[in-house]
Amino acid sequence: MHVPDGFINAPVSVAAGVVAVAGVGVALRGARRELDDRTAPLAGLTAAFVFAAQMLNFPVASGTSGHLLGGTLAAILVGPYTGVLCVSVVLLVQALLFADGGLSALGVNITVMALVTVVVGYGLFQLVLRLLPKNRSSVGAAAFVAAVVSVPASALAFTGLYAVGGTTDVSIGKVAAAMVGVHVLIGIGEALITAVTVSSVLAVRPDLVHGARGLIKPPRLRTVEASEPKAGPGGPAEPSRA
Amino acid sequence: MGAGHAAGAAHRLYVPGASPVHRLPPQCKLVAVLAFVLLVVATPRERFWAFGVYALLLAAVAATARIPFGTVARRVVIEVPFVAFAFLMPFVASGEKVTVLGLELSENGLWGAWNILAKGTLGVVTSILLAATTEPRLLLLGIDRLRMPQLLTQIATFMLRYGDVVAAELGRMKVARASRGFEGRDLRATRVLAKSIGALFLRSYERGERVHLAMLSRGYDGRMPVVHDVSATAAQWTAAAALPLAAAFVTLAAWTMP
Repeated sequence: MHVPDGFINAPVSVAAGVVAVAGVGVALRGARRELDDRTAPLAGLTAAFVFAAQMLNFPVASGTSGHLLGGTLAAILVGPYTGVLCVSVVLLVQALLFADGGLSALGVNITVMALVTVVVGYGLFQLVLRLLPKNRSSVGAAAFVAAVVSVPASALAFTGLYAVGGTTDVSIGKVAAAMVGVHVLIGIGEALITAVTVSSVLAVRPDLVHGARGLIKPPRLRTVEASEPKAGPGGPAEPSRA
Repeated sequence: MGAGHAAGAAHRLYVPGASPVHRLPPQCKLVAVLAFVLLVVATPRERFWAFGVYALLLAAVAATARIPFGTVARRVVIEVPFVAFAFLMPFVASGEKVTVLGLELSENGLWGAWNILAKGTLGVVTSILLAATTEPRLLLLGIDRLRMPQLLTQIATFMLRYGDVVAAELGRMKVARASRGFEGRDLRATRVLAKSIGALFLRSYERGERVHLAMLSRGYDGRMPVVHDVSATAAQWTAAAALPLAAAFVTLAAWTMP
């Protein structure tokens, strides 16, 4: 759920806005390194993808359904900096055009949903990947762990902001328990989708999974020459000339 | 969870018109809206009358822009998730209890619920009015004029431009799944849906690569050419300032009056 206006008081909203501007500023610089002059079209299309993927509802339990948040997924696929930019732009457009999330709470939403999810998700992804053997199934496992933790982490970050600038005296323990409890469930759905999505992209275009770049070699085109080195002159024609 | 809106629906939010509100440059409207929302949030919640005046101000804007009441009311549905949250507040908040209709409710929680409902609703209506009177394309141009980094506005522009395309791709995948007998019922559906998302990412990203090459071949050098410039005169800034100025008086009164 996007934070609406009036949930967090004005001073803390503005402070979160400053944090969000700083974070997006760092991401702007980093994204140039990840994508150079292709940044605008590729990050734009990825943002459109995140937006569309959020529309896909998946069943959670007993008739309720959740939908993807996509922070960790975007970070693993296109890199952490570009991931922050994509999710931030999605949040900006949702607040400006769809009234989804308050304008005064935009800083809170970007901090909690773009910065925290990506930093926690991507950091954890890299950490787990370093501990596991370098193969395809461990990339999926790392994506699962990263996504499953990133969603409750983002809920905890929101609870922290609420503790400082909340507008109602609900005991923070209660808020934390409720937020984390609900978001652990959402996180499991998110993690399943993230892991399977990353694995399926990895199977087709391993070069497009930024988080696993250099880890997994792209499928090599095996020529007849390579697989049957002893093929004589009467064998199949050399494919390298084709 | 506020799903159910398509990226492609962006241009359907705009209600065409030629009212003074429609004709204001987008950057003026953006600044006015942001200032207004911040003032609303900064108002003490005990001043009921202040929120009434804010609502009247927004009604005046809607009337000037000739946005039908029904259009605004239908779009306010987006706030349903946090309305539900607000109704929980009186039951979970701590502090002194009051009895309302035989229910033990926290007084502080009641204030909190009112606070979220009033400020959240005013914020949602403000955003709805902004989107209804400004074309998405112009809104992004306005952000650009407010010195938002070029890269960010370019990403947002591409997202809006191709949102329709990507959403339609997702729609075709849904038809393809349904025509093969797929029904998302339980957790096992996740595998199929996630594979669709993976394919959607590949198609989006590869489209991005093609778009980039097409742009390069037309002379793209990292900046988008400005085709339609929107500049604002002092008179237009003053006109746009009417809403936040009126709101500022209300906020001031709400803080100083006992």
